Amino acid sequence: MHEHDHPHPHATLPDADAPLTYHQRLEAAVRELLIARGVISADDVRRTVEVVDSQTPALGAKVVARAWVDPAYKARLLANGSAAVQELGIDMGQTKLVVVENTPQVHNLIVCTLCSCYPRPVLGLPPDWYKSRNYRSRAIREPQAVLAEFGTTLPDGVAVRVHDSTADMRYLVLPLRPAGTEGLSEAELAELVTRDSMIGVALARQPQPV
Amino acid sequence: MNAAFAAGDRVKVRRAYPPGHVRTPYYIRGVTGIIERILDAFPNPEEKAYGRSGAPNQRLYRVRFRQVDVWPDYQGLPGDTVDIEIYQHWLEPA
Amino acid sequence: MRGYHDLGGLPAGPVDRSEHEYAPWEKRVHALLALLSAPSRNLVCTDELRRGIESLGEAEYDRLSYYERWITSITNILLQKGVFTTDELGRKLAEIEQREAKES
Repeated sequence: MHEHDHPHPHATLPDADAPLTYHQRLEAAVRELLIARGVISADDVRRTVEVVDSQTPALGAKVVARAWVDPAYKARLLANGSAAVQELGIDMGQTKLVVVENTPQVHNLIVCTLCSCYPRPVLGLPPDWYKSRNYRSRAIREPQAVLAEFGTTLPDGVAVRVHDSTADMRYLVLPLRPAGTEGLSEAELAELVTRDSMIGVALARQPQPV
Repeated sequence: MNAAFAAGDRVKVRRAYPPGHVRTPYYIRGVTGIIERILDAFPNPEEKAYGRSGAPNQRLYRVRFRQVDVWPDYQGLPGDTVDIEIYQHWLEPA
Repeated sequence: MRGYHDLGGLPAGPVDRSEHEYAPWEKRVHALLALLSAPSRNLVCTDELRRGIESLGEAEYDRLSYYERWITSITNILLQKGVFTTDELGRKLAEIEQREAKES
């Protein structure tokens, strides 16, 4: 599912054999001091990294596919994103999920101009470009030009709605269900939902011709 | 603490430029928009940033602005908008 | 004044779409913040982290990578709160360097 928009797999590699940088040493030093003081344990760190690794865009794709096939679920999702994703076992923690729906008239795009706020419980860690100066500066002011850089062109007349994630909300775009997908199962539909379509820089994928 | 504004109210973002940790973006100060929805009240991040509790909780709103009102050279459609979460103390009636 | 991080709408170049694999040390920095900000510990909250990053100064903000900014900010806050001392941190860093030298 990730291949088209996510060139690097999420497999965890061991740290490189190159000498540690100053900041890598700093991370180790802070971690070891905190463990020695009993503030955290090595197990705490390991378990938390495992939670981070378990969060991937596949979770968001499952939510979108469910909304596409179940209109009542979609209504709940749009009314209260956190509660609706909790039904699928996803915990938003201290943030609140707002799901914004693409329609034939409106296309949504998510950015955090101030830092990098991102709906990690449904999408995992953000791509570098989402946190970059250029995306944060321009997505808010020239969304169509940024979309074009991602190869996305909207039909004439579609309004663009940008969401700047400045406080405690986190945003997920509910992409338009592609045409010609009536016969697909929920799992097959989820395969069409890319991470980039849930950020809003892309549309959901078309099904492969049989 | 009751919300001062209701959905649909016209509000203006205050023109204030303090240093410190502020979550109201520079580009939106002084711009007028409409309350899109009322959110919960949350501890004030401007104060939490200094290790304080951020109490009392501040009401948060999603405020919708027309892009043509925000950027003088906006290239898109008149119906294009930007939605931003803004704390009550940054808003005044418009 | 405008914070250096307060970028929305500023002129900028094309978006570089290349992505990097998150290194284990970066995920551990992420984990540290999650653990330190948990209600049971309440040692560094997300807002303090952000404020610390915003006050790094323009040169450091640009020079450091994303998680380098995070670990710098976290460390500064922990020092400020006396969770450990500068001396303890310095000795621990030296110990790590010596460990590295022995292992190579």
